[in-house]
Formats: sequence, C-alpha cells, structure tokens
Amino acid sequence: MKVMDYLPYLVSAWLFLIGLYGIVTSRNLIHAVTCLAVVQSSTYVLLLAIGYRRGGTAPIFFDVPVGTRAVDPVVASLALTDVVVGATVTALLLALAVQIHKRLGTLDPDELRAMKG
Amino acid sequence: MTPVIRRRAFVPAAAVVGGLLVWGATGLPPVGVYRGPYGLVLNQVAVAERHATNVVAAVTFDYRGIDTMGEEFILFAAVIGVAILLRAMRGEAEHEPQEAVRGRRVPGTSNAVRVVGLALLGPIVLFGIYVVAHGHLTPGGGFQGGVVLATGALLVYLSGEYVTLRRVQPEHSIDLGEALGAGGYVVVGLFGLVAGGAFLANALPLGTAGTLLSAGTIPVINLAVGLEVAAGFTLLLSEFLEQTLVLGPGRSGR
Repeated sequence: MKVMDYLPYLVSAWLFLIGLYGIVTSRNLIHAVTCLAVVQSSTYVLLLAIGYRRGGTAPIFFDVPVGTRAVDPVVASLALTDVVVGATVTALLLALAVQIHKRLGTLDPDELRAMKG
Repeated sequence: MTPVIRRRAFVPAAAVVGGLLVWGATGLPPVGVYRGPYGLVLNQVAVAERHATNVVAAVTFDYRGIDTMGEEFILFAAVIGVAILLRAMRGEAEHEPQEAVRGRRVPGTSNAVRVVGLALLGPIVLFGIYVVAHGHLTPGGGFQGGVVLATGALLVYLSGEYVTLRRVQPEHSIDLGEALGAGGYVVVGLFGLVAGGAFLANALPLGTAGTLLSAGTIPVINLAVGLEVAAGFTLLLSEFLEQTLVLGPGRSGR
C-alpha cells in the first residue's frame, strides 16, 4: 500500500478535522464561519478523489473525441453545486454575525453564552 | 466550558474520528482506480444523447436537473435570508450613502485602482456572458459565469464608486433578476412536462453537438441559473455594503 494512493482521502480527513478544531476553539464568530468553510472544502477533495481515474482528463468532449479516458462527471457536478451553495451559506452566517455584533456588541461565542445566562 | 477544557475534550474525540477516517479511507479503492459505473456510462452516452460536449453540464442541468433545481433554491433562500437579516433594524436610519464608514479614516482610492477597475469592467462582464452562454460546450456554465458577472459590481465598488454602484444597480431590477432566474428554471421544467412528458425533460431540438445552439434545454437553464447567481451575488454584495455605508444609528426606523 502506497501513501500516494490514499493521499487525497487523508487530505480530506485532515481538512475536516482541522476545520472542526477551529470551530471548537473559536473565539470569534467570523473565524468560526471561515473554519466551517474549511470543513466544507474537505467534501470537495473527497468528491473529486472518488471520481478520479488515473490519467483521465476533464469530462468535456469539445476538442477530444468521446471515448477519451475521462474522470467521473457526476462528482464534478456535485462539487460544483457544493461550492456555490457553500458560498451563499457562508454569506448567510456572516449576516447573522453582523446582526449579533450589532445587537450584543461582541463576536465571542463565550461572551454570548454568558450574556444569555 | 472554558476553551482549555473544550480543547482537551476535542483532541481525544478528534483522534478517534481521525483514526476511523484513516481506517475507512484505506479500505477504499486507491485514488485513480474508478469503480462506479455511472461516470463511465455518462461519458460514453451523454454527447450522443444530449448533444452537449460538456458532460458535467449535461449531468448538472439534465440528468440531475431536479437536484440542481433544489440547490438553486437553497441559493435563493440563502440570499433572501441575508436580505432579511440585514434589513434596517429599529433605531437605525438610512443616511446619504457615502464612500467610507463614518468615523473611520480610509485612504482614498488611488487613480491606478480606479482606472484598472473600470477598464476591467467591460471585459469581465463580456467574459461572464461568454462563460454562461458556452456552459454546455466548454468548462463553465450558469453558476461559474454568474459569479464572474457579479464581480463586475464588485469592480465598480473597488474603483471607489459606491454611490455610482447604487445608481447603476437599482435594487428592484436586481430583485427581479433573482426571481426571474429562479422562476425560469421551473418554467423550463414545466415546459418539459408539457412538451416531453416529464418534468425537466429535454424537449427542445438538440441541434448539432459542439455548436452554440445545441443541447436543447441545457443552455436555457444555464441562462436562468446565470441570471439567478449574478443577481444573487450582486444582492449579497450590496446588502453587506449597505450595512456599513448606508445604515447607521438614527432616530427612527426605515
């Protein structure tokens, strides 16, 4: 077993865990939202790793003939929508952070808890 | 729970999850050895069946069209959510739009940024339209092209022209574009139901693969998505800018 054969899976697991670590230890909601984006990027790596074929090109047969060895188009499609949805959800969470800062004057999750009692 | 305790609780838990992930990953086929049948089948048949040379676009807007419609509505809902969250609160008033946040000294926009930003605006918008229109042929499509188009609005702002930006992008037409984009996808779906017997059936003439007018409904859906994404991201940008540049403490609400 070669490490290279599994490296993308391990990168994906690492991104997931390091992002989670950032969320758990976050002292700032904007930092936490960014860490969530890191967690989500692990799904892009995993999806594209699963669909990869060694030596495959992009599944676009505009200037290469059909039948050329290409990677899986389904996971590429999933990753595509994943990226867009991720961006808008990040925007939604940042809007929440803006409102929290306006109402409570802080972005520290620990202070927010202390305030709620 | 203090941060220290939280970190101590997290590290062992993460070690267990990480161990399981590594164990699971090593049981997968090695990267590059593709096992699933669907990707292979689609790569073989999609060009012949749908006349779209970009198989990813054929999957996104045709084979998995209904899933993408759901995802487009997630985008729609998130943009609406941001607009609702960032509306003027009680105790805030809209004041005259200004170029910088009150009470914060910012260096003026340099002429170099201004000129390059405005000079890039035309090419960027053209490139965005190109990416949307050729989504079924080459890499690109409504999602990617829509984001490129929305950066046009960002360029106007970066060129130090927030007041101009508010004038050239009337909020109503942006809202309208957002709604038309989301609604257009459903209309194409209903057209498929009437003309092809199934929701989102590709009922338009397929044309010749590799030409601009081909692949049936895929470029039409690409246009709808491009409009939706461009309007949505422009709306997000203007909502966040409005927060700092237009809204401020005041006596009454809107």
